[in-house]
Amino acid sequence: MSEELKFHFVVDGDDFTSAGKASVQVKKNLRQLGLSPETIRRVSIAMYEGEINMVIHAGGGVADVTVTEEYIEILLSDKGPGIKDIEQAMQEGFSTASDNIRSLGFGAGMGLPNMKRYTDYMDIKSTVGVGTDITMRVNI
Amino acid sequence: MKISTIKELLGAKVICCADELDKHVYSACGSDMMSDVLAYVKDQAVLLTGLVNSQVIRTAEMMDMNCIVFVRSKMPTAEMIELAEECGIVILATDKRMYEACGLLYSNGLHGNRVKNV
Repeated sequence: MSEELKFHFVVDGDDFTSAGKASVQVKKNLRQLGLSPETIRRVSIAMYEGEINMVIHAGGGVADVTVTEEYIEILLSDKGPGIKDIEQAMQEGFSTASDNIRSLGFGAGMGLPNMKRYTDYMDIKSTVGVGTDITMRVNI
Repeated sequence: MKISTIKELLGAKVICCADELDKHVYSACGSDMMSDVLAYVKDQAVLLTGLVNSQVIRTAEMMDMNCIVFVRSKMPTAEMIELAEECGIVILATDKRMYEACGLLYSNGLHGNRVKNV
């Protein structure tokens, strides 16, 4: 691979059932590139958690995935309510999700910690009332 | 443990991908919270859950799991079955409750961590 590959997805915030579609597509694309199952799994789990977060907290957003020779970068961007206290949000078990979200199997307070766990680099930029941008990288 | 053995131990119905019953699973995870499932990667695992929505199938797909068991007589929707077929994930359904289903698999040699062919 001599050039960067880029994938762009719009994540629909109104449809919980379809949440995760972009991550499934990324997983397929990465398989076609012949990357290791371990790398593919780390990227797709981190992106999937981020995608779910965008749907349940932010009304959707956009996801951009860039594949270079050295790493895979995932940029998730939303115009949701923002994260008040990022340090608190990073703690395992902390969640602001409603009971309704929990009944759907999410909101255990593991999303952001899982994203950090599976990536080599993660940066969160968030402004309350404006939105959140999350950059993650998995080294190849 | 072969998926066909799981089916027998749990008295489960095969909902889809019946041609994959000879595949092996090496570990198991029982949860209704998908982020807890996503927290710990297991090798070729089976997921036991009482949660019924499309995200169960996507979570299993993300984790490279090859079998999902719905407990407490829960049945997946047509859309979920379609998704599972696309990914080649076997779906089983049992009337046993989570505790009993997990206990049966564990006591028959399928432990939480990776184990050799059982």
